[in-house]
Amino acid sequence: MSLGVKSKRVLTRLLQAVPTVFGILVVCFILTRALPGDPAAYFAGDMADEASIEQVRENLGLDQPLPIQFVTYVGDLLQGDLGVAISTGQTVTQELAKRLPASLELTLGALLLALTIAVPLGVLAATRPNSWVDHLCRFLVTAGVSLPTFFTGLALLYVFYYLLGWAPPPMGRLDMMFLPPESITGFYTIDSLIAGDWALFKASLAQMALPLITLALFTLAPIARMTRAAMLQTLASDYVRTARAAGLSRRRVLITYAFRNALLPVITTLGMVFSFVLGANVLVEKVFAWPGIGSFAVEALVVSDYAAVQGFVLSMALLFVALNLLIDVTYTLIDPRVGEDS
Amino acid sequence: MSNLAITPSTAPRAQTREGYWHHLRYIMAENPLTGISFGLFFGLIAVAIFGPYLVPFDPVATGVGPALQPPGVSHWFGTDHLGRDVFSRVVVATRLDLLISVSAVTLSFVFGSIIGCFAGYFGGWTDRISGRLMDTIMAFPLFVLAMGIVAAAGNSIENIVYATAIINLPFYARMARAEVSIRRNAGFVQAARLSGNSELRVLFGHIFPNTLPPMMVQISLNMGWAILNAAGLSFIGLGVQPPMPEWGILVAEGANFIISGEWWLVVFPGMALMLAVFTFNLIGDGLRDLVDPQRRT
Repeated sequence: MSLGVKSKRVLTRLLQAVPTVFGILVVCFILTRALPGDPAAYFAGDMADEASIEQVRENLGLDQPLPIQFVTYVGDLLQGDLGVAISTGQTVTQELAKRLPASLELTLGALLLALTIAVPLGVLAATRPNSWVDHLCRFLVTAGVSLPTFFTGLALLYVFYYLLGWAPPPMGRLDMMFLPPESITGFYTIDSLIAGDWALFKASLAQMALPLITLALFTLAPIARMTRAAMLQTLASDYVRTARAAGLSRRRVLITYAFRNALLPVITTLGMVFSFVLGANVLVEKVFAWPGIGSFAVEALVVSDYAAVQGFVLSMALLFVALNLLIDVTYTLIDPRVGEDS
Repeated sequence: MSNLAITPSTAPRAQTREGYWHHLRYIMAENPLTGISFGLFFGLIAVAIFGPYLVPFDPVATGVGPALQPPGVSHWFGTDHLGRDVFSRVVVATRLDLLISVSAVTLSFVFGSIIGCFAGYFGGWTDRISGRLMDTIMAFPLFVLAMGIVAAAGNSIENIVYATAIINLPFYARMARAEVSIRRNAGFVQAARLSGNSELRVLFGHIFPNTLPPMMVQISLNMGWAILNAAGLSFIGLGVQPPMPEWGILVAEGANFIISGEWWLVVFPGMALMLAVFTFNLIGDGLRDLVDPQRRT
């Protein structure tokens, strides 16, 4: 019975994503049509005369009314057509697909690292107010919020690459000495493990360490802050007091009663955290020359390659929607309150 | 918030003001950081206004010293690869950075408040349409959306301001909407309506001023984020063009030298950036303690 209620909720949530995706498509469409000056003149190039601009306008369908242009735009998208990246001459879809694993590996790795540090830290800080853990938590939260990601990255580079010599130079995903592993997941660390190549795994991990830490430091702050606040709130609640009064073990009160309930607000804030991470990802990729879609977009921006930038914005937005969906579905599945009222 | 409400006679007003100052002193004494942050804030403003007249060197003049000199007596923050004085550049950049973020936050405050007030007060379709619009903005990773807007609208400082304003709009609109809709039928609002005020007058003359305290907190917390955002955009080469000094660009220029050990090019503008963001965050927390004692953590 409870599964029925839950799966219904999951389905409703999936349906709610439809208008969001539609809104994203509209905004991206407006952005493609908001090019400075005349898009047709832009795509025709500098040397084009009046007639060839007109020709390009017709080819691109820019002489049609806007709603029809929008339908064509969505139709092209459904076929995976995002236009051609001027800087490389390949289609934007190919370029993005080639670079997406690198970005995903970095982003998801950083999220995982941040979660494994921030959640225990927040819990410890909440259970021991004003202890050194609490102060450490507060320090990390303040630093994470005030430090620009690109600055943290450069500072880490200076200390661990230039001064200590522990980290490899910031030159992408893998040292020149190594060949990338056979692509299965596209994540070098996992692929090298599948291939059983320890040296390769260590090399790719070494390259990823600093960008990962930079991004995780930034991500950690909001998660730790939220965990601490949520834990403080649940620890002060009536049901925790009742559980304590009933003589349950400290461990049981903390984990089964307080922590499980405190997790819910933490998961809801993850949506905002994703938004920050995907943005900060661009900056970190630029600092460490990480060959992901972020640095691709930055390069495209420099040479005014609009199709590439717009493809990037669209794919980031879709990725964000997907991550949010995943979170909301998880939330529905673990929420102990859902299903009891049926 | 009752201490900010306008009361008819002068005696209770003086009393509430007394209470307000008392509360302010209490907050300051309890958390000295708030006092420090206000000091830093005025320091930043002073540097932004007077900095360009006080710096020892012309911030864009090349060759005022030997290239890539570490910090020393004549060049406090060292010099960059073109022999420009880093200290002068960092100080002069304050004005531009604050100007960008203040204009962006002002824009999103004004438009966000108007949208949120209408949505919260009239409800119905106004609410639904504006809500959808804000949801659509929030459906993007915000920094990425700002990149897209600047790329589409053209690479200029103005567009950085607009992009930052747009991505902050939902926060203000949602807050204004929530604050207005809980007061929509409050006693003082009905009284104002009964005495013949028009709907708009009730909304902007009577309800809106009550939303200001939480909005101020939001503004201050948002300022830090707007500064980071603008600096991030110029770090990746959008908006501010070299040789104009701006913290994000200064860090970006210094980034090429960090792997050869010239740390001062990155550290000083980075620290300035951090200090500014830190100041606004602290003020935000302090203001929150002041206007909303229940939400203290």
